[in-house]
Amino acid sequence: MAVLTRLRMSARLENLGRFIGALSDCAKTQGFGQEKLSKIELAAEEALVNVFRYAYPEQPGDVEIICGLEGERLAIEIIDSGIPFDATAMPVPEVTDGDHEREPGGLGILLMKKVMDEVRYRREKDRNILTLIIQKD
Amino acid sequence: MQIDATKEANAVVMSLKGRLDAAASSEFETSLSDWISKGDCHFLLNFTGLEYISSAGLRSILAASKKLKDRNGKIFLTGLHGPVEEVFKISGFMSIFRVFATEEAALKEI
Repeated sequence: MAVLTRLRMSARLENLGRFIGALSDCAKTQGFGQEKLSKIELAAEEALVNVFRYAYPEQPGDVEIICGLEGERLAIEIIDSGIPFDATAMPVPEVTDGDHEREPGGLGILLMKKVMDEVRYRREKDRNILTLIIQKD
Repeated sequence: MQIDATKEANAVVMSLKGRLDAAASSEFETSLSDWISKGDCHFLLNFTGLEYISSAGLRSILAASKKLKDRNGKIFLTGLHGPVEEVFKISGFMSIFRVFATEEAALKEI
C-alpha cells in the first residue's frame, strides 16, 4: 500500500473527530466526491468506535490510522494493540426485525460492510489490523 | 450538532443540524430522555439539516423508541435525504419508523 496519511492517538471517543477529519482530508486529496466521503467517514467511525469501546478493557491504548492507495482503490488501515477482534467474522444482524443489539457493535459492522467495497482483517504482531477498501469514483 | 426542539399540539418536533455521530449521540439521547421524562410521548425528528448519522445515532433513536413503547408513544421521521437516508435504508430502520415527506404532513397525521 502507498501510504498517504498516518495518525496515531489514544483510543478515545474525544479523538474521533480528528481521526475522521484526517481520513476525510486524505480521501479528498484523492478526488473522492461527497457521496463516497460520507461512506468513508461512516465505515471509519464504526471501526474506530469499536476499538474505543472494546479493544482495551483494562489499560488505555492507542489506535493508528493509515490512509493509502492500493492501485486505484483507497485503503484505510485501523490498527490497535488490544484484545483480538475480527469484525469481519461477526454475524451480521437481520435488518428487518428491529432488534439490532443481539451482538454488541453488530449494527456498526453491518453498516461498515455495506458501504465499503471490501473489509479485511488480519492479526499481526499482537495487533488488530482492519482494512477498509473503497473504489475511486 | 445542534438540536432545536419545539412543542407542537400533538408532538415534540426536534430538528437536528450537523452530524449525529458517536460523539454527539449521548447529547441527543439526553435531550430526548428529558422530554420523555416530562411526559411527552410523540416525537417528530426532522433531519432536513442533518448531514451524517452513524450506528451510534441510530441506536440512540432506537433506545428512545423502546422507552416510548411502554407509554404508547412513538417516534416519527421527516427530512430524510442523502447519506442519512442511505444509512436508514441499509440498516433496515426505514421499516421500523414511519417516515413523512414533510413536517406539515407529519403533524397532520400524528
